[in-house]
Amino acid sequence: MLYGLTGVTKRYTQRGKQIDALAGIDLAIDEGEFLAIQGSTGSGKTTLLQMLGAMDRPSSGTLDFDGRDLAEMREGDLSELRSHAFGFIFQGFNLIPTLTAQENVETALVPWRTPAGERRRRAGDALAGVGLADRARHIPSELSGGEQQRVAIARALVRAPRVILADEPTGNLDERTRDDIIGLLEQLWRERGQTLIVVTHDTWVASRASRRIRLDQGRVEGEDAGAGADLDSAFLAEPAVAGH
Amino acid sequence: MFFTYVFRELRRRHRQALLTALGLAVGVALVVAVTAYADGVGRAQDQVLQSLYGVGTDITVSQQRKMDEGGAQRFGMQPPDDSQAGERFSRSRVMTSPGQQPLSTGKLARIAALDGVGDATGSIAMTVMNVSGEFAQVMQQGGGEGVAAAAGAQPSSGSSQQDQAQMAPIDIVSFSVTGVDTADLELGPLSSAQVASGRSLTSADADARVMLVTKAYARQNSLSVGDTKRIDGRKFAVVGVVALPAGSTSSDLYIPLSWAQKLSDNEGKVNQIYVRADSADDIAAVKEAIEQVLPKATVTTSEDLAGQVSGSLSSASTLADRLGTWLAVAALIAAFAVASLLTVSAVSRRVREFGTLKALGWKGRRIVGQVLGESVAVGVVGAVLGVALGVLGAWLIAAFSPALEATMGNALQGAAQGGPPGMQQAADAIGGAAQSVTVSLTAPVSPQLVGIAVALALAGALIAGAFGGWRASRLRPADALRRVD
Repeated sequence: MLYGLTGVTKRYTQRGKQIDALAGIDLAIDEGEFLAIQGSTGSGKTTLLQMLGAMDRPSSGTLDFDGRDLAEMREGDLSELRSHAFGFIFQGFNLIPTLTAQENVETALVPWRTPAGERRRRAGDALAGVGLADRARHIPSELSGGEQQRVAIARALVRAPRVILADEPTGNLDERTRDDIIGLLEQLWRERGQTLIVVTHDTWVASRASRRIRLDQGRVEGEDAGAGADLDSAFLAEPAVAGH
Repeated sequence: MFFTYVFRELRRRHRQALLTALGLAVGVALVVAVTAYADGVGRAQDQVLQSLYGVGTDITVSQQRKMDEGGAQRFGMQPPDDSQAGERFSRSRVMTSPGQQPLSTGKLARIAALDGVGDATGSIAMTVMNVSGEFAQVMQQGGGEGVAAAAGAQPSSGSSQQDQAQMAPIDIVSFSVTGVDTADLELGPLSSAQVASGRSLTSADADARVMLVTKAYARQNSLSVGDTKRIDGRKFAVVGVVALPAGSTSSDLYIPLSWAQKLSDNEGKVNQIYVRADSADDIAAVKEAIEQVLPKATVTTSEDLAGQVSGSLSSASTLADRLGTWLAVAALIAAFAVASLLTVSAVSRRVREFGTLKALGWKGRRIVGQVLGESVAVGVVGAVLGVALGVLGAWLIAAFSPALEATMGNALQGAAQGGPPGMQQAADAIGGAAQSVTVSLTAPVSPQLVGIAVALALAGALIAGAFGGWRASRLRPADALRRVD
């Protein structure tokens, strides 16, 4: 077991109102899974992804990652962990607008203090891995949405993380590009055996996962296996909802 | 990566960065220009003081003559007998500076012996007037010697045309002579003089009929080393031409003190005493001690003198101190505030960018460092622009400011005004007007000033960067996910 979540809650205050983004999550994730987290807007799926990526700490509960409780770790250790264990992919790509594709990938290696030469070589390899070797010198605004997300994937993969966390990775893309990106992520997941956790409200994307969970009002409301678990099995349009 | 990122970010928001740099530059430039201006005014003041009383003089002593003693000076110009009427005459008269009471060298010795006095020397300042012309014919008709005397004493003071028409032309040539202690030229009127040609006076010249001529007088009168000039009928050899600082109230000629005493009938006396204190801290005490020795004398320290300087130089000094300083401080504060606000707003617009970097594992201090790096780069540009602008401003001040006038205490003029109108004019020509000194203003930019300016620009940039960094450090990596455009 890679992740073990027990009674994880997240409460924050927005404009004087208390919001329970997560209302007690119990969840176990194994190494090498392709997990899709589904749910409507405000269901807490992005907050859960932040917890899983050590970007935020739970208000209560335990969040065990590889034997360490993230809820108890200090900020310095969390950023250390982020730089080694996780690769992030965002809906808005979140590339640094002033840096070239190559340099954007290199930012992921800055926390490691990788020597410049090796940094360039690894970033170049990662870009080649997502099929963008010839676009390395372009800045994000010169790239299409799909190309930008490929750069972001290269940035997430360049450190060979144990977990790739993607927040609506295809939310800003058209259908054909979406298929490309998901195809790329699936391919990388199969080749490398990394854990892939994708937050999405796109049922087609979720159907590619090996397991799907559905969040509603900060709780896990349903769970089933996706197409990724068994390529031969029929796609379930609606996940079976676990008993209330 | 650090420099690439800093450079790219600044290029992206180059307008805002340039505006911030310009703001810093204006603040820094004002500091440079105002400081240079204030330095220039300070130098002008030093120059005035030095030219009036020489370098290294801490205290000067002179005694004002009582008004009745100073009264109208008369030339004996009535013809010895009537038969000489209409013939040419030439007279010379030596006067010690009007309004100044000679002091005995005994007093000088007592001052020199006072505690805290490092050195004391005396001089005699006097004026020689050569009057030549024809004995007036009008004499016999008018019958009063007073008319002739008045004619002699009012050479060009705007007497009515009618009077002049009846009088024969009279030429008055006057020049100033100072007798100096040849054994002690380090202190006193020649202390700031530089020998332009020939040599200076030495103690061997104490009783010799030799003189130094100032450059301007030598040029006007075509005198050079080796020539001779008559003072009151006695020939003196020119042994050197000296240059005194610009604006200096120098005499035309300098001769050994003993001869000045003989010519002016002041044997054993001086009319100006120069004192150097052992240390600057002693000046006040020495001044009091001198006042004990010479209760009626005017004892002036260089500090008193600086306080007496008035005129446009004094206004310039006040302007530099008050308005200029506040203007520079206000501009700096405004520049710092603008730089800080712009930096914070730039950081706020990059919440997602910094959140992403934090999600990638960048430490908070690496991001703060990035923001600081951008600010410092802007500060460097601001410093370079600011120093350039400031140097340009200082140059413009020096190039276009009008000459400043400094007016010193008016003791001499007051004494001169007591005399008849002609006397006043003579006094103006030789001593009174010389108390007003014109100096040109410089605005020197020293390396230290450039250093301070650069430091100020960088300090402003660091303050702005610190605000921006503080804002950036408060971001959480989760913000990268929350803000989706």
